[in-house]
Amino acid sequence: EHEVEKMFTLKPGRLPQADVKNIIFFVRPKLELMDIITDNVLREDRGRSPQRDFHILFVPRRSLLCEQWLKEQGVLGSFIHREQYSLDLIPFDGDLLSMESESAFKECYLESDQTSLYHAAKGLMTLQALYGTIPQIFGKGECARHVANMMIRMKREFPGSQNSIFPVFDTLLLLDRNVDLLTPLATQLTYEGLIDEIYGIQNTYVKLPPEKFAPKKQGEGGKDLPTEPKKLQLNSAEELYAEIRDKNFNAVGSVLSKKAKIISAAFEERHHAKTVGEIKQFVSQLPHMQAARSSLANHTSIAELIKDITTSEDFFDNLTVEQEFMSGIDTDKVNNYIEDCIAQKHPLIKILRLVCLQSVCNSGLKQKVLDHYKREILQTYGYEHILTLNNLEKAGLLKPQTSGRNNYPTIRKTLRLWMDDVNEQNPNDISYVYSGYAPLSVRLAQLLARPGWRSIEEVLKMLPGPHFEERQQLPTGLQKKRQHGENRVTLVFFLGGVTYAEIAALRFLSQMEDGGTEYVIATTKLINGTSWIKSLMEKLEPAPF
Amino acid sequence: MSRARADEEEYWHSSKFRAFTFDDDDDELSQLKESKRAVNSLRDIVDDDDDDDLERVSWSGEPVGSISWSIKETASSSTSSLEGRDSSLQKGSSSYAAFPKQVSSYSLSSLFKGRNKLPSFQSLSDVFSDTGVKNYAPELRRPKTEYKDYSSDWSPKDTVRRMQRGKVCSLERFRSLQDKLVLLDEAVAGHDGNVITAVLIFLKRTLRREILFRELEVRQVALCHLIHFLKETGEQKLLLDLLRFLDRTEEVALSQYREHLNIQDVEKRREFLKVCIGLPFSAEDTSHIQDHYTLLERQIIIEANDRHLETAGQSEIFRKYPRKASILNMPLVTTLFYSCFYHYTEAEGTFSSPTNLKKTFKIPDKQYVLTALAARAKLRAWDDVDALFTTKNWLGYTKKKAPIGFHRVVEILQRNNAPVQVLQEYVRLVEDVETRLNLATKYKCHDVVIETYRDLKDRIQLTAYKCKVERGSAEEEKINSILNNMQIRWKN
Repeated sequence: EHEVEKMFTLKPGRLPQADVKNIIFFVRPKLELMDIITDNVLREDRGRSPQRDFHILFVPRRSLLCEQWLKEQGVLGSFIHREQYSLDLIPFDGDLLSMESESAFKECYLESDQTSLYHAAKGLMTLQALYGTIPQIFGKGECARHVANMMIRMKREFPGSQNSIFPVFDTLLLLDRNVDLLTPLATQLTYEGLIDEIYGIQNTYVKLPPEKFAPKKQGEGGKDLPTEPKKLQLNSAEELYAEIRDKNFNAVGSVLSKKAKIISAAFEERHHAKTVGEIKQFVSQLPHMQAARSSLANHTSIAELIKDITTSEDFFDNLTVEQEFMSGIDTDKVNNYIEDCIAQKHPLIKILRLVCLQSVCNSGLKQKVLDHYKREILQTYGYEHILTLNNLEKAGLLKPQTSGRNNYPTIRKTLRLWMDDVNEQNPNDISYVYSGYAPLSVRLAQLLARPGWRSIEEVLKMLPGPHFEERQQLPTGLQKKRQHGENRVTLVFFLGGVTYAEIAALRFLSQMEDGGTEYVIATTKLINGTSWIKSLMEKLEPAPF
Repeated sequence: MSRARADEEEYWHSSKFRAFTFDDDDDELSQLKESKRAVNSLRDIVDDDDDDDLERVSWSGEPVGSISWSIKETASSSTSSLEGRDSSLQKGSSSYAAFPKQVSSYSLSSLFKGRNKLPSFQSLSDVFSDTGVKNYAPELRRPKTEYKDYSSDWSPKDTVRRMQRGKVCSLERFRSLQDKLVLLDEAVAGHDGNVITAVLIFLKRTLRREILFRELEVRQVALCHLIHFLKETGEQKLLLDLLRFLDRTEEVALSQYREHLNIQDVEKRREFLKVCIGLPFSAEDTSHIQDHYTLLERQIIIEANDRHLETAGQSEIFRKYPRKASILNMPLVTTLFYSCFYHYTEAEGTFSSPTNLKKTFKIPDKQYVLTALAARAKLRAWDDVDALFTTKNWLGYTKKKAPIGFHRVVEILQRNNAPVQVLQEYVRLVEDVETRLNLATKYKCHDVVIETYRDLKDRIQLTAYKCKVERGSAEEEKINSILNNMQIRWKN
């Protein structure tokens, strides 16, 4: 629409050739990106004519730090315009918003830099401008408190923000990630969660190994296997995916086979079509059926890929250990499986996930156990990882048991975090998303809706940070008169990231017949244990230039 | 265009997602034209002014060519965005029933559209939160009309607020320490890290270090931001000074230690690590840093030695298995593996011998055995493997013992393609009968399977196993002879 000639992804080196006048850098305000841009600008051919103009657009906010940096590199003057594009919350699905700020957790809990919280508050203000003031705000954790304070302040400072939109959301629940450090560490067992754990979903896209997606045509044999990874978009617009994404993986197979039967039956119907009218009707349904068939083929392939992994011995062993920890078994001594994994030099992140999980499930490890793990990790993976271990300690993921008391069993029992009789096929509780473990964060949301947090005061005190409630006054005309049987809508904002399994659990609660509450989810970043731990690791490779 | 539109129309009508509809055809088209015109006219102006950088300002005093400008232009032509939004929301909610049940029925896709249709969205957010991209002019090309605006006395509070909106403010006006601190406190109260950092950069430039440190000590939030800032920009010296001033000794130590990663030259890195040992780490960490230093020191010696050996071509092991990479900066266990591979038989006195490494770094038995096993198995030195698990008691009897459990030994050997004869010797030593049977069956150690069934007096299983062995082989004969043995009391 704006005659944009071409879009390129940012990479160091010379800018690609393009016969254009203006070049706009569309970037997150990050110093490493500034270095790349500097490189781009400096390598620009001075002699070329016409000379190209540079502009820079920061998302979501201009950063004076970045500009200072560009200035020091001597390129700031090259930019004709420096602007910002205030994109705080990016919609990912009908009920999901993310700021996609992967460093938010690290910044908040390691560096005590609350800029991302400021952006979260800004995003919430925008949301309120569009969907009405949210009358009730609940929260748990330091960051939650901060965001709520900022929202209240911003509202006060911009009296014009009093809008006349009928509120869509009844309640806002702000949750700190560090209130529930446990959940992201465990392996997610929903279909979508597993896709993310194994292949990593990036902005709703996933890249998969191509072998299983080779077109099966007769006569061609197995030649010409595609070598490029297969890229697929995943969201609820795809009917089949919407149905299976949040199911426990063990329940996906039966749905897929049922669908397969329905579709082949539908295709069979063409033999029964006799009249022209019937044939016409059949033909009109064809595009839909074909889309359904290819969607089914894709997901069957993905499910096969995942099944290869979930049926492997190592996956099973790993899961067994996780579940032992979460149900409170043997969390206070050195675990054999973890030791074995270190000895076999399994990926460091896997080790860290397990050790942190054990630490969290034991309210910290005994000093001797912690020292043992640390020594083994440093000797096997390199001493420089002492920096990463330190970061994990600072974030509270890995720590010595200081109080001498393990609170986890109390929390587990009160919040019913571990359910022995879990039904994966037809779940009756959120614990199905981890095949037994009910995510703490979602339990808090569930208990808030009914019967209210007053019933769990004791446990809330054991979890870090304050819990609070705020009300925002609405003009009388906008106050909701609830009809009988009408659902309440709660926006849950995870500060520091949320996993797909947690989202699945909240969707499950939305669907419950007698639930009475529907949930919309917002977060700073969609995470899984691996990406999360990675964001906390010290970057050990020196920058490439 | 019209065909595309028809498709789109169909999409919106046939789809369940009916959150947003394009109501007015003409309006959209005119918007498009308008923005195109804006962009075009922008190009003319830019071209005209090419050599006159300072004056690139439009009539209204707004920066020309900024995206915001064209956006605003189009925004003004879009009618009553508020109303439009409302109705789109209504539509979103009225389609509840059509929504797939998995998804929460409140559609945010209307917001999605709102984003795409920047104009209306932008104007909305401008009204309420003032975050919009507008009115900002870069420092150099400040429009004249704004000069007055600029130099007028903004209070610290207003200054901070203006900065939050992305406007450039001169901070130089704040001369006295008192003023600067008020400004900082205002920035902190605003919670916008961007502004806090900007103020800190200003203070850092204009305040004496001691004063800056002293004032930050009582302003924890600002302090954290400065530390983060210094880390990001790599101002190591100032950072260390600050941490020292704050008595955060462990952080000083870690932060200084981190520096070694930037040193490529190994000799320099070693020197640097030596200095690090003296830093105020926790007791536990100090020993790790000490080990790190010692390890690198060793690696340098080993590397020099082995490179020489390799190029000389005298040593058989290096000729047969050329080194894939240098051992420098590798983790301890990797180094141990290397040493078990190339220097296994060396006396304890040499730096490169495995036993020396084990002693120096107090490597636990378990880890040592695992590593040595993997290295010797890779070389197919089965005698060494055997020796690893043989212990003699004081009477001179030999006994097999493994600190890691023989099932692990078997796994490692198997991974290195050990022959069945070697494998079965260790399978036999697996204590747990079930595991032993499993491993033996898996790796086709027939003798072990047969003997185990015999010891279990399990005739049925033994008979069944007959079909797993080759016809007419020694194993089959063995099974037959056991089955025919009248002295065994079978349990079944």
